[in-house]
Amino acid sequence: MFSEADIAALMLTLKLAGISTLVLILFGTPLAWWLAKSAWRFKFLIEALVALPLVLPPTVLGFYLLVAFSPQSSIGHLFESVVGQPLAFSFTGLVVGSVIYSLPFVIQPLQNAFIAVGRRPLEVAATLRASPSDRFFSVVVPLARPGFLSAAVLGFAHTLGEFGVVLMIGGNIPGETQVASIAIYEHVESMQLASAHWLSAALLLISFCLLVLVYAANPKARVLRL
Amino acid sequence: MSLELKLKLAHGNFELDIDQIFASQGVTAIYGPSGSGKTSVLRAIAGLDKSASGLIKFNNRIWQDGSKFIATHRRALAYVFQEPSLFEHLSVRANIEYGFKRVPLKQRVINSDDVIQALGISSLLDRDTQTLSGGEKQRVAIARALCSSPDLLLMDEPLSALDKRSKAEILPMLVALRDKLSIPIIYVSHSLNEVARLADHLVLMQQGRIIASGDIQSMLTQLDLSLAQGADAESLIDAVVAAHDEQFELTYLDSSLGRFSVLRRPLAIGEKVRLLIAARDVSITRQQQQDTSILNIFPATIEQIESVGAAQVTVRLNANNLPVLARLTKKSATLMNLAVGDSVYLQAKSVAIL
Repeated sequence: MFSEADIAALMLTLKLAGISTLVLILFGTPLAWWLAKSAWRFKFLIEALVALPLVLPPTVLGFYLLVAFSPQSSIGHLFESVVGQPLAFSFTGLVVGSVIYSLPFVIQPLQNAFIAVGRRPLEVAATLRASPSDRFFSVVVPLARPGFLSAAVLGFAHTLGEFGVVLMIGGNIPGETQVASIAIYEHVESMQLASAHWLSAALLLISFCLLVLVYAANPKARVLRL
Repeated sequence: MSLELKLKLAHGNFELDIDQIFASQGVTAIYGPSGSGKTSVLRAIAGLDKSASGLIKFNNRIWQDGSKFIATHRRALAYVFQEPSLFEHLSVRANIEYGFKRVPLKQRVINSDDVIQALGISSLLDRDTQTLSGGEKQRVAIARALCSSPDLLLMDEPLSALDKRSKAEILPMLVALRDKLSIPIIYVSHSLNEVARLADHLVLMQQGRIIASGDIQSMLTQLDLSLAQGADAESLIDAVVAAHDEQFELTYLDSSLGRFSVLRRPLAIGEKVRLLIAARDVSITRQQQQDTSILNIFPATIEQIESVGAAQVTVRLNANNLPVLARLTKKSATLMNLAVGDSVYLQAKSVAIL
């Protein structure tokens, strides 16, 4: 069935998707809020930038990240001098890549959910003495709950299926950067089709169960809507 | 309380420019046609429209001036919107508690149970907001606002989106709350009926300007204002239920004008009511008529006579210092030779109790 390396790849994939989703929700929420509320006239530039990973070939994104991660670049150099190891071909590098790669899948549902909440509930809360942060957590977050769920699931699932970016910036180091999708690719390359089957089925099952869970919990909410 | 406003605001073609000190207590109605800027004034007072410039001073505290802007949540006010705007993610109870919980203990001067009782929503507390009718939702919204113990309550046409029955249900509740809670209220409306029932003071708005303001009785009867010129011009008189007549099934109401007789109503002795007399239901006689079926006859002096259209005049009478309007035909006024300063008798054919 699963070799030890396969299980390690699966666990690594889940860990990568989990951490990336966490980072995305944490940093994506304020960005999505700003996009939903700001009246800045050049906001569309940021929106286009956020949407870029939707259309860009993952290899292009991966290539630029690889360049940025190299010790010769300032980012790569800074990271290496602080952490003591290179950003390229590391798990941290994969998280950075995944966050950028899955950014639109988190931002857009959140932004839509924030816009759908509208101005009125916030005005009501303000007239009832709620401060801006209080309003956000007591009104916006509960009302935008389907948006958060949708963002988290999409971010997680999309990271789960990441391949091109990982291939470029992560390589294929077991336990560090060898995620399930890479392992499947390698199994196929080396004609180990049975292993490829098992691993693919595992990814398929996880993704499906995740979506079933979400749709079952929110029969009325339109969870996946980009 | 005192509320001082000097506001300027421009939204596209619309310009608001007002300079007004609002009455220190009771209900002040802002009345005017739609688009006259009533809601804009209310939103500016609440701090919901940051584009308004000028001065807002409440109880000697500056809420806004050129250099300062106190955020909405730091202004001790509550706001009832035209639509109930309940928080959909919270139960009725949690909606009502939302503001209540955010007010420091010492400032919670309003008893929420009283408010809930007065608005008749005790049985709704554990309901989901989506299952409520429009009228029920607005009653919850009013309770939610009041339970935050505001120093000033702003109401933006709270009944205009409701059906007739809900309106008729809620208005007496508002009247009762007004008398019980003594919170100054600014009430935006374009319904003269609501204004006549609720307001103590009236601010008349048109095209972003305040064109007149004053106490409700004199505003309704000021002949140069639109209120007194329409077909439904009317006078307002405060009265107290004095007695019930068992024999004739009448209720007697005492006002500073004198005693009114109306068909018996289920009102408690001592209860305060407002009487509304349509100008077209008032006639004038030179002598006190004896052989008339009309019961409500009072002495008065003619203060002013103005033409209304080609065939009618409106006469403003002073009846023991209360202004009362009478709408007559020009022909009658001429035949009777009515002139300012004449002592006459007014006869009210019908009186509405609010």
